[in-house]
Amino acid sequence: MSKDTHIDTTDNDRRKRPALLFDVAAYLRTLREISIALITFTIIAWLIWRGALAMEYNWQWYRVSPFFYRIVDDEFIFGPLYWGLLKTLKLAFIAGILAIIIGFITAFARMSNSRAGSNIATFYLEAIRNTPLIVQLFLFYFVLAPIFGIDRFWAGVLCLAFFEGSFAAEIIRGGIQGVDRGQFEAGDAAGLTTYNKYRYIIVPQSMPLILPPLTGLLISLIKHSAIVSVIAVSELTTTGLNLISDTFMAFEVWFIIAGIYLTLTITLSIGVGQLEKKLNVASSSNRS
Amino acid sequence: MSDNKIGTPLVEITGLSKWYGDFSALYDINLTVSSGEKVVVCGPSGSGKSTMIRCINQLEEHQVGTIFVDGREVKPGMKNIEEVRRDVGMVFQSFNLFPHLSVVDNLTIGPMRNKGISKAEATEIAMHFLERVHIAEQADKYPPQLSGGQQQRVAIARALCLKPKIMLFDEPTSALDPEMIAGVLDIMIELAEDGMTMICVTHEMGFARKVADRIVFMDEGEIVEVAEPETFFNNPSTDRSKLFLSQLLGH
Ligand SMILES: Nc1ncnc2c1ncn2[C@@H]1O[C@H](COP(=O)(O)OP(=O)(O)OP(=O)(O)O)[C@@H](O)[C@H]1O
Ligand SMILES: [Mg+2]
Repeated sequence: MSKDTHIDTTDNDRRKRPALLFDVAAYLRTLREISIALITFTIIAWLIWRGALAMEYNWQWYRVSPFFYRIVDDEFIFGPLYWGLLKTLKLAFIAGILAIIIGFITAFARMSNSRAGSNIATFYLEAIRNTPLIVQLFLFYFVLAPIFGIDRFWAGVLCLAFFEGSFAAEIIRGGIQGVDRGQFEAGDAAGLTTYNKYRYIIVPQSMPLILPPLTGLLISLIKHSAIVSVIAVSELTTTGLNLISDTFMAFEVWFIIAGIYLTLTITLSIGVGQLEKKLNVASSSNRS
Repeated sequence: MSDNKIGTPLVEITGLSKWYGDFSALYDINLTVSSGEKVVVCGPSGSGKSTMIRCINQLEEHQVGTIFVDGREVKPGMKNIEEVRRDVGMVFQSFNLFPHLSVVDNLTIGPMRNKGISKAEATEIAMHFLERVHIAEQADKYPPQLSGGQQQRVAIARALCLKPKIMLFDEPTSALDPEMIAGVLDIMIELAEDGMTMICVTHEMGFARKVADRIVFMDEGEIVEVAEPETFFNNPSTDRSKLFLSQLLGH
């Protein structure tokens, strides 16, 4: 034993990495990759600029700031993009929470022994997966909304919630089935009720499997929410359409709208990534 | 082992049969275990030992026959099966501790959720049983931080916290390193001496000789022989048990 460790340390000493190691080849490779990326971006930008020039597009970037805010009589007034963004966030937030709830209910219904429960859940999943999202939206808006007396905002929210909920259901089911069978048996053998078994034993252990894909789903929900512009819910994309019909600044507006979605989803991804890293560190320091 | 004060029947299995698809895993099992009795179940791999004891708390569902636990019949799909399970402690080969809960939380969750006992009271019970399995100093650790032997002792304590009327052991030492086995067997012997009713699937023949009132030998889903340990080891009555014993001792 002691002989082994001795050999290990000398080996480590002998094989120490030189402090001033400057790998020229690797450095040049990185430089080349960066230049290729830069050149590509420049070419794309140039093509767009040339295209716009050819169709004699009149760039008016100086006119976009009122889309965000105005100052009238020393008073700060938020512009339409702000309100649109707020509506998008509200829409995505409510739909996201409902999607998680629907996901859990559907996942458990599908795994349950109840024939009715699993049949209904399977039917729901297949129906959502095998019809276009836009058709679902029209169904919610033109059929279900009048029947149940809900407005366009809630029709949009519910449609998105049921759409994303079907994916959440499969993520949750996968996470729960990923928990070791012995844990279910130990929970049963301990005389826990089904509810307590899932609440305290199974679901907590499935969280590391469920959370990463589920947060990804919720982030993409923000992008998918743009579709409710076709039923004129006044969110970000609808606001963009309205601005264009008022100002004819299609290029500027679509660049800005895309930029806002991009910023939103990338910020959230990074935030969630940090959070996951922290959780992982916390849970692995528990274990080892 | 004849001075035992055996009481009323705790587990009564009659005409029990079970199939996985067309495969007959158990056939016409009859076994009664009375309170205070210690039964050791042995037999070759795949002979249905696990399946039989797992039917008692319905981790496996049987198709034919009846099982009574302390006078209550257990059936597939029955309501309130958890009430029966609270009377039946189970220890698994692979421990199956809850890895996301500390050792003490592994022990308190059952009493707290099943009986609505306060956390303080449940912790007191937990510490009592952790001391009994000589592992109280590990109470705040997490299961993956413990050795296999320690984990199995925690698992035994977890089962005991529910104050079961009978304990089922499914090869509790098979997954352990050799130097860990004695510690777990000692706990089980102490438990037996305290009068706990036990059904143990195990191939630890030293343990069987020491505590068993009866040995149940199974093969191919049937009970082939039931005998007192001395008789079974020295004078097995069937060819199959002779073969099994010679293979076991041959190793
Ligand atoms: N879920 C299952 N599906 C199909 N067959 C199964 C299932 N569980 C067990 N079996 C089969 O039933 C038979 C009995 O299995 P069981 O686990 O009870 O044997 P055992 O005596 O405990 O064996 P071991 O000593 O290996 O643990 C085996 O042939 C096994 O392959
Ligand atoms: Mg087995």
